[in-house]
Amino acid sequence: MTNTTSAPVYGYDDLNRLMSLMTGDEKHGPAATSTLDALWVLYDRVLRVTPATAGSPDRDRFLLSKGHGPMAYYAVLAARGFFGEELLPGFGSYDSPLGHHPDRLLVPGAEIGSGSLGHGLPLAVGSVLGLRAQGLTGPGVWVLTGDAELDEGSNHEAIAYAGPAGLDQLHTVVIDNGSATYARPGGIAARFEAAGWSALSVDGRDHEALHTAFTMPHPGRPHAVIARVAAAH
Amino acid sequence: MDTMRDRFIATTSRQLDEDPRLALVLAEISRDGFAAAERAHPDRVINVGIREQLLIGAGAGLALTGMRPLMHTFASFLVERPFEQVKLDLGHQGVGGVLVSAGASYDWPAGGFTHMSPGDVALLDTLDGWTVHVPGHPDEAEALVRQAVASEGRVYVRLSLQSNSAGRPVTGDGFSTVRRGTGGVVIAVGPMLDNVLAATGDLDVTVLYAATVRPFDTAGLRAAAGAGPSDVVIVEPYLAGTSTAAANDALADLPHRILGLGVGRAELRRYGQLEEHLTAHGLDAHGLRQRITGFLRL
Repeated sequence: MTNTTSAPVYGYDDLNRLMSLMTGDEKHGPAATSTLDALWVLYDRVLRVTPATAGSPDRDRFLLSKGHGPMAYYAVLAARGFFGEELLPGFGSYDSPLGHHPDRLLVPGAEIGSGSLGHGLPLAVGSVLGLRAQGLTGPGVWVLTGDAELDEGSNHEAIAYAGPAGLDQLHTVVIDNGSATYARPGGIAARFEAAGWSALSVDGRDHEALHTAFTMPHPGRPHAVIARVAAAH
Repeated sequence: MDTMRDRFIATTSRQLDEDPRLALVLAEISRDGFAAAERAHPDRVINVGIREQLLIGAGAGLALTGMRPLMHTFASFLVERPFEQVKLDLGHQGVGGVLVSAGASYDWPAGGFTHMSPGDVALLDTLDGWTVHVPGHPDEAEALVRQAVASEGRVYVRLSLQSNSAGRPVTGDGFSTVRRGTGGVVIAVGPMLDNVLAATGDLDVTVLYAATVRPFDTAGLRAAAGAGPSDVVIVEPYLAGTSTAAANDALADLPHRILGLGVGRAELRRYGQLEEHLTAHGLDAHGLRQRITGFLRL
């Protein structure tokens, strides 16, 4: 796993200001930033994709499945230079490419459009299969879901298939802010492990812990990282 | 004679040999038929198990990486069950793919309503940009599957055990003229042609044949209707009236009447044979003749 090659336009400390351009708020609570640290560590230190390689067949793919609350995602994409920060103030307006759910045909750098929950993991499974069929065994495919999003049965079709199929190019980051009404008995990691995945739970605000979990070897198995953050309620 | 599904399996197995972009995604159904193809192309013949949301989602993911996915199962589990995946993972993501279904409206009536899909074409009609092929013969199915795989867009191919006695040439997306007459226009869709011809053999009507219903051949119907006023009957092997609005739009500037015949909406709660269901829905030659002559006042 090598780091991205081009320098970011902005650093982690700029993300709050970039989000403010969308929200109008000076500070952001746990709900708005639940994905922020995981996203930053991925784009800063893990994903091999830059604006210059966003169309390259051998890029890593990041699929934001949890499409709601995308301000942190847009801020990170702007910080990494996928688009200019001048787009951010228009967030959600008629002429803006930046909606309250992302649209891949409108947002530079977005691999999928999302909003309806439970679509990212199946799309990621297919992306891994497509890369594999073309002999592209290097690129990783990453999906970000929420813990409550895992309620959707489509995820479990993908989880139950990907483990036995040995899709080791597939990675899922579950942002666990305890928002599922019926939390999984035994925890989220156990659900993935039971399906043959490698899985690890870490502090979703700890950049080193996230990086270690993201880059942990998982030969022959897909990999899930459960990033725990403060509860939404 | 082999069935459309047999022909699809043979055709697609050959295409997998020829086209490295083609990937076949299955949800157990027809897996036996594709066993040799799966051995020859383990990376491109993918069985996801009985998981139809994943069937469409994974197919769309393959398309995101540049592959041409062909997804296949029974119509009710290909279009109806994972309809949001069809709408979002293919349409909203802006990628192409081919859906090939088996089972049609009542290919296996003894299986009951769970395996009947008279509403598949009407459902796809709520979405933009779908090409819909309804072959009437295994030869047409072979040509249309080939064409669908070779194209780039979103294509649905609806296979059925019901078949006309002879295939017709697959030339383009337009309707073909089977017979010309002056008392009205009857459009037969796919496997309905034999019964339509049997029902109208001695009637002075134009018969058009449609193996492709979307895009709807507006110009073809317009030409057959002439200067109007015009009476049009559309006979479809799925939900009655599915194409009535499209035909109405085609004739918007002419005085016209349209009768849409097809499978009724009411659930029959009957098993039995395909022929018995055709009769029950008035789609056998006798039922068609009564309703066509009544409407056209012939």
